[in-house]
Amino acid sequence: MSVGLAAVLQAAVLAAIVAATAGPLGNHLARTFTTDRDLAPERWIYRLGGIDPRADQRWTSYLISLLAFSLASILAVIAFLQLQAHLPLSNGMGAMPFHQALNTAISFTTNTNWQSYSGEAAVGHFAQMAALAVQNFASAAVGIAVVAALIRGFTRERTDRLGSFWVDLVRGVVRVLLPGAAIAAIVLVLGGVVQNLDAPHEITTLTGGHQQLLGGPVASQEAIKELGTNGGGFFNANSAHPLENPSPFTNLFENALMLVIPFGLVSAFGVMVGNRRQARTVSLVMATILGLMVLGTTVSELAHPGTASQLAGAAMEGKETRLGVPASTLFAASTTGTSTGAVNAAHDSLSALAGGALILNMGLGEVAPGGTGSGLYGMLILAMVAVFIAGLMVGRTPEYLGKRLGPGELKLIAGYILVTPALVLLGTGVALAFDGPTSSILNSGPHGLSEVLYAFTSAANNNGSAFGGLTSATTFYDLALALAMLLGRFLPIVLVLALAASIGRQGRVPVTAGTLPTDTRLFAGLLLGVVLVIAGLTYLPALALGPLAEGVR
Amino acid sequence: MSASASLRQFAAAVRVLLVLTAICGVAYPLAVTAVAQVISPGTANGSRVEVGGKTVGSRLIAQPFDGPGWFQPRPSGAGEDGYDTLASAPSNLGPNNDDLVAAIKERRAAYAEANGVPVSEVPADAVTASGSGLDPHISPENARLQVARVARERDLAPERVRALVDDATQGRTLGVLGEARVNVLELNARLIETK
Amino acid sequence: MTALTPTLLRASIPGAIRKLDPRQMIHAPVMFVVEVGSVLTTVLAIDDPSAFTILLAIWLWLTVLFANLAEAVAEGRGKAQADALRAARTSAEGRRLDPATGAEHRVPAAELQVGDHVVCEVGDVIPSDGDVIEGVASVDESAVTGESAPVIRESGGDRSAVTGGTKVLSDRIVVRITARPGETFIDRMIALVEGAARQRTPNEIALSVLLTSLTIIFLIAVATLQPLAGYSGALQPVVVLIALLVCLIPTTIGALLSAIGIAGMDRLVQRNVLAMSGRAVEAAGDVSTLLLDKTGTITLGNRQASEFIAAPGVEPLELAAAARRSSLADETPEGRSIVVLAEQQLTAAGRTPETVGAAAEFVPFTAQTRMSGLDDEGRATRKGAGDAITRWLAETGDGLPADVQEAANEIARRGGTPLVVAERAGASDPARALGVVHLKDVVKPGMRERFDELRRMGIRTVMITGDNPLTAAAIAEEAGVDDFLAEAKPEDKMALIRKEQEGGNLVAMTGDGTNDAPALAQADVGVAMNSGTAAAKDAGNMVDLDSDPTKLIEIVEIGKQLLITRGALTTFSVANDVAKYFAILPAMFAALYPGLDRLNVMGLASPESAILSAVVFNALIIIALIPLALRGVRYRPASASSLLQRNLAIYGLGGLAAPFVGIKLLDLVISQIPGVA
Repeated sequence: MSVGLAAVLQAAVLAAIVAATAGPLGNHLARTFTTDRDLAPERWIYRLGGIDPRADQRWTSYLISLLAFSLASILAVIAFLQLQAHLPLSNGMGAMPFHQALNTAISFTTNTNWQSYSGEAAVGHFAQMAALAVQNFASAAVGIAVVAALIRGFTRERTDRLGSFWVDLVRGVVRVLLPGAAIAAIVLVLGGVVQNLDAPHEITTLTGGHQQLLGGPVASQEAIKELGTNGGGFFNANSAHPLENPSPFTNLFENALMLVIPFGLVSAFGVMVGNRRQARTVSLVMATILGLMVLGTTVSELAHPGTASQLAGAAMEGKETRLGVPASTLFAASTTGTSTGAVNAAHDSLSALAGGALILNMGLGEVAPGGTGSGLYGMLILAMVAVFIAGLMVGRTPEYLGKRLGPGELKLIAGYILVTPALVLLGTGVALAFDGPTSSILNSGPHGLSEVLYAFTSAANNNGSAFGGLTSATTFYDLALALAMLLGRFLPIVLVLALAASIGRQGRVPVTAGTLPTDTRLFAGLLLGVVLVIAGLTYLPALALGPLAEGVR
Repeated sequence: MSASASLRQFAAAVRVLLVLTAICGVAYPLAVTAVAQVISPGTANGSRVEVGGKTVGSRLIAQPFDGPGWFQPRPSGAGEDGYDTLASAPSNLGPNNDDLVAAIKERRAAYAEANGVPVSEVPADAVTASGSGLDPHISPENARLQVARVARERDLAPERVRALVDDATQGRTLGVLGEARVNVLELNARLIETK
Repeated sequence: MTALTPTLLRASIPGAIRKLDPRQMIHAPVMFVVEVGSVLTTVLAIDDPSAFTILLAIWLWLTVLFANLAEAVAEGRGKAQADALRAARTSAEGRRLDPATGAEHRVPAAELQVGDHVVCEVGDVIPSDGDVIEGVASVDESAVTGESAPVIRESGGDRSAVTGGTKVLSDRIVVRITARPGETFIDRMIALVEGAARQRTPNEIALSVLLTSLTIIFLIAVATLQPLAGYSGALQPVVVLIALLVCLIPTTIGALLSAIGIAGMDRLVQRNVLAMSGRAVEAAGDVSTLLLDKTGTITLGNRQASEFIAAPGVEPLELAAAARRSSLADETPEGRSIVVLAEQQLTAAGRTPETVGAAAEFVPFTAQTRMSGLDDEGRATRKGAGDAITRWLAETGDGLPADVQEAANEIARRGGTPLVVAERAGASDPARALGVVHLKDVVKPGMRERFDELRRMGIRTVMITGDNPLTAAAIAEEAGVDDFLAEAKPEDKMALIRKEQEGGNLVAMTGDGTNDAPALAQADVGVAMNSGTAAAKDAGNMVDLDSDPTKLIEIVEIGKQLLITRGALTTFSVANDVAKYFAILPAMFAALYPGLDRLNVMGLASPESAILSAVVFNALIIIALIPLALRGVRYRPASASSLLQRNLAIYGLGGLAAPFVGIKLLDLVISQIPGVA
């Protein structure tokens, strides 16, 4: 079978798996966030946490709970990383430097999982489990909670109460992430992923040399890393590492894991707003962008432009033999389309245009299909931008799902689409203006610019993948990227929750023939255009000096 | 919302975080470990390869094979000398990087000379470093091109070595997933047993 | 409507220049950024002059100027109208009555207070707005409405409101002043047409927010491009960065936004509708429920005779002749319509309508008899409601024959009004019923099509009538409205509006009476008829000077057109950016990375020429689109889907393609300029 046909079929298998799970998972998610019944373990958690699960929070209160939880999380992760020498199962790992611990803490609590450290060299098993894995669950659940709150803004009328953050958080973990991760972890173990608590121990190789045999709770971490679109690898090489991703099967499985909840949430959105066609339209746009990105990167990598790749005869630098080009590009497009950031190949070694496509994929706001929760709320915001422009063009005050988009809403929406590009471009501009940060660049010329652009795009969009050549374990990058991650996560969340309250306070405008239909192919096309044009226009100058300049030379 | 109310929220946050840490950070990985050790201890412990009752490595992790009598794994960027499991990493060199061009040229020439093939036929995976630096596989073409050399060095009939390679070759999973590959450690381990 | 004449353009130039004042420009953030860029470029051009920088500075200033021109032109169109209105106002003087003595004092209109009583006689200009409290007069309201036919204004009832600046043509009235000085209808109208009172509407503010955020994004993108370019080894001249910024920020819509709003209000004024706020105009575009009064809006003002149904044994023509006789003296429209129908039938049958004797005596309709008719030489002819005629018949003879009663009932069932005609040949003869006249409401021609159109636009029409539900249903069916409210009292109307609004609908209605006022105030769009009471006019947020209730439909269309124009030009503006990137990015960086010249798909001659062409295109497109901004995007009632499809194709795809052509053509010219090529 030709590599092209195999690539198409491999993508088709992935699409089929995701499509098959989205519906049932969507129903489950919708039930999770609408039911009045608490499960027994949830009641225990509420009791231990001192939480009233029936309290319906106003948006400010919801936000404060969320921020309080995230702050507690950041402090806890820093503490674990700084104190790990005194913890069990640490395999002799010492305290992480403070700026790196801060970066890591913010990175994991913001669902970014940017890693300026190397897992096998810097973090012991206990901190992996109790600090990092916990945030893999929690940060994913926070994202899901925010989108649940936004959807309630659409479904509720004349109230600014958005539900309970604590209930959304706990249910997201207990009903969705924990069972999902447990099943996935076992599948991964069966597929070859390591799962023990062993410290590295030396063995004598076949030729009499010595090598450290590694262990660790890898599968349990890997499962939630993908399912929660986190992306932080147990090992430095992330999903390229054979102990994290040993076979083409585990690779496809991990690839599917990062897509199921984002697409499932879209389906849940359809159920919750009582209109599955709206959800299908959003899914169609997400899938189209993802498909375009897969196509673009795969074609570029199979053509392997670039002097080194041409010399080698294939774009295999930074790729694993068992995966090959198509499984690597499929994974790369998925990991940048979601906010996962797990990598199974070195993005820095991708051909210029494929690398550029990944930067653009993140720059679109990670909406294809985006991170758990964040992808859907990002796409809904963009849908509202599309509705606003198109709504004017049909001669009505724009409305989406029966909620009007007036000046108040537009301020929040405009703020949202402004935040991330501003962080990316300002961060990149500042880094490139100074000698210190530019000395971290590995590859020279336009490719080096791409490394910095990629870093800030990844951080501000909470992706976490990297052009790994950039030495980011410096004080500047640890702090600058931490700031980008922090603001790139929480400013949008503030705006989304405020927006949820703003539309929740409204009544509902009935649908008439004069209402802009937002569940048609035409609207899907418009939304696609808005997503591509807004991000395209924002990032084109920067991309021109990086990937484009390298790619068209 | 007042400061004291915010403080109460923070206290609740700390308590919930503690509970979640116990559940997701301790109970969950330990439970998965327990199940894994029961149902699939082989994979859960790193897919170890044993020769003569001794663990010689993991079938998932590349190791260096010095000497022309072994099938050679891909070049590695992990650690100073490569294949360092405590420093998994790709080279991160860009597609137009001059250092990478130089390295590929060098590896290509070395491979061509060692295996007696024209430089134009040197497989890509033989001259490029993998994503992890620990890639346990090489492409079937790469393995086949090494057959003659290994057979010569080991005084084995090329057909027998060739048969070992064919035997060790895995196709795409389900015919479409990933790529065909040969596990170097397993192949070399079979090689020892072959007389 | 004249769109853009050279005269208007010339007259607007001084205003456009005055608007360069940064304190004014800051209100249009997009154009303010361009102005700052123009100043910077000018300074740089003076510091280091070259053909390129000088031309760039000139065209950046022109960009700002063109934007101001658009606004000035839009305002200019209202100015002429305002001047005429002002003339009507300033000449006025009032004859104030002293409440104690009843003596008259002449006082300037500006000194009249609310509650003052003034006398107006033939030839007087009414000094301020008020209600007639005494007398009847015909008034020339052409100064306000442009309509030369005089109107009657009288005390009491719904025609008591008079407008300051209008002129009494006959008789004498006493007016109680209802407007404070400077707040009269004409004052408000002047402020409106001059744009002085124009407040930005919710959608306009929302759009500005979006445009401002796009501007900030592009500002950051361009500002951060410099360190990126520096890292790459190709620091850019600041003027080039300014040019890029100006081309990227949404200047087209930014320049025309205010003009579109002013022109939208102006379009209403041209149709003789005064909107008290721009918000109301926008709300008109959002209306989803339209409440229309039956009489005068959906149907012609009065019922008309449509057929004669003869009693058994009565010759149809005999009935027609009798019906005509009974109505000869009836000056009501219903009566006249009976005469017309009867004469048509008689003439068609070759009979000459008879003349009536000199001694004939008209019997007028009274509340007691509820009949009218004619007594001519002993022959008495009567028409009236069934029960009234039954009583009259009973005086001299039999009751109403069953067949006639049945015919009358049938007409009532079909929503019509039956009038029974009866006659007594002589004083001693018994009276007998001849048959029934079918009076029916006549739906104005074209109404059904209009309602179908509204339905396609997503607007439900509800007919409001005092008729019984049976009659109402029949007319609703005939007119094609979606729903009706029968036996409607003012409270019912109010309740209906509230109910619709609770369901999220925006409601529009018209009204003229004082008892309409609460409903007019409650409706999202309340159009008061200018002929109506002051209370009604105060309660509504629009006044129709023509007092034409069907104009509500046009108002809705104008509201929609306003929003569509904004959306279309925004789409166009943003879509334009794609081509500008293809012009400017290779111009900036092809020297550094020759491969990037592949982006120069237009084959522009030189970097300088490419940048200038993009900037010039960006400026000229503003001028080119002023007429569209003033006229509004063509609007045909259609569903939202088909509107979107059409406008996306024209302004989205057109916006993508147009600048490629325009910039290429400009480049052909500009590259000939020495020092640029």
